Amino acid sequence: MSIGHTLLGLLESGPCHGYDLKRAFDEKFGHDRPLHYGQVYSTMSRLLKNGLVEVDGVEAGGGPERKRYAITAAGVTDVETWIKQPEKPEPYLQSTLYTKVVLALLTGRDAGDVVDTQRAEHLRLMRALTERKRHGDLSDQLICDHALFHLEADLRWLELTAARLDQLATEVRS
Amino acid sequence: MIPEGSLLVARDLHKAYGPTPALDGAEFSVHPGEVVAVMGPSGSGKSTLLHCLAGIVTPDSGTITYDGRELSSMPDAERSALRRTEFGFVFQFGQLVPELTCVENVALPLRLTGVKRKEAERTALHWMERLEVADLGHKRPGEVSGGQGQRVAVARSLVTSPRVVFADEPTGALDSLNGERVMQLLTEAARSTNAAVVLVTHEARVAAYSDREVVVRDGKSRDMMMEHTV
Repeated sequence: MSIGHTLLGLLESGPCHGYDLKRAFDEKFGHDRPLHYGQVYSTMSRLLKNGLVEVDGVEAGGGPERKRYAITAAGVTDVETWIKQPEKPEPYLQSTLYTKVVLALLTGRDAGDVVDTQRAEHLRLMRALTERKRHGDLSDQLICDHALFHLEADLRWLELTAARLDQLATEVRS
Repeated sequence: MIPEGSLLVARDLHKAYGPTPALDGAEFSVHPGEVVAVMGPSGSGKSTLLHCLAGIVTPDSGTITYDGRELSSMPDAERSALRRTEFGFVFQFGQLVPELTCVENVALPLRLTGVKRKEAERTALHWMERLEVADLGHKRPGEVSGGQGQRVAVARSLVTSPRVVFADEPTGALDSLNGERVMQLLTEAARSTNAAVVLVTHEARVAAYSDREVVVRDGKSRDMMMEHTV
């Protein structure tokens, strides 16, 4: 999963301090692996350097300065491109796909598009495997079957996610 | 954009059952010899789209053109004749006539168009051989397995040498191995006769036998291959 894109996507809802970004990330995507503060600040410096975010304000206090970050137009385009780009079909994509679906919903994009585009990418590979099976020997068939069943499982999960989008939309916007 | 050389083309189809819209501007096209999967969640409108394309259901608005002819402007008798002679159908369940033998079932569409019994059964047997069920000719549907019965049904859908085969969840009631064999035989037979196949399925492994997929969601369609190419 791309932490940079995820933080950018979270910033689309409005400017945020690094601490609040970490909290939003952990709450929505980091159940078993919360972000370290260091990761947040190093990612934000990289995004700042690349012009994808800007500093919206600085609060001075007793401790270190607190920067408030806002996404730039280039940042919005970057998130858009990432969400629309299908992932290369491979096992255990669920955290990236889940992140894309949730961010699409959070930012008012069509999450169904994410599902349709990914299904098309999976089917492209599944067609190639089916064709290989048609001309292959038994070992080819068994190997392709294994890949086909796993890819199908990915898609069934994605479709179930699509079926639950409305429910999910209410949850992620709350 | 509708590609040139399409055999069956639907544009801007709308269909509602009471207040519920089933199709809301759906588009579709298929070429001769092409297998197109229609995918989408239950209730998305994919079966309604198939029924409209096959002339079983009349859309509220929009056009369906088959081989240059407008389906909705045809008289009922002409549309029925088209379904008997140029379209073939495979469904998920209960499509064989239990009182007839398997060969009589396969020959039935030919008999309905007036072909003599002997000739109809000879053609039926040819298709049963291709579908690897020729030895079941004299059995009744109740005496064969689900997978065998579905191959008999596929043979029947192909017996008139249709130009379009409509298959609605054709492997939905079969186990993986039988489902796979039915799809191999159906797609090979259709491609060898240059028939187009409209394949409604929610299973990705079945859709993987198609050349491209059209996704139907909330009565709207997306041609994923065309979008990707464009």
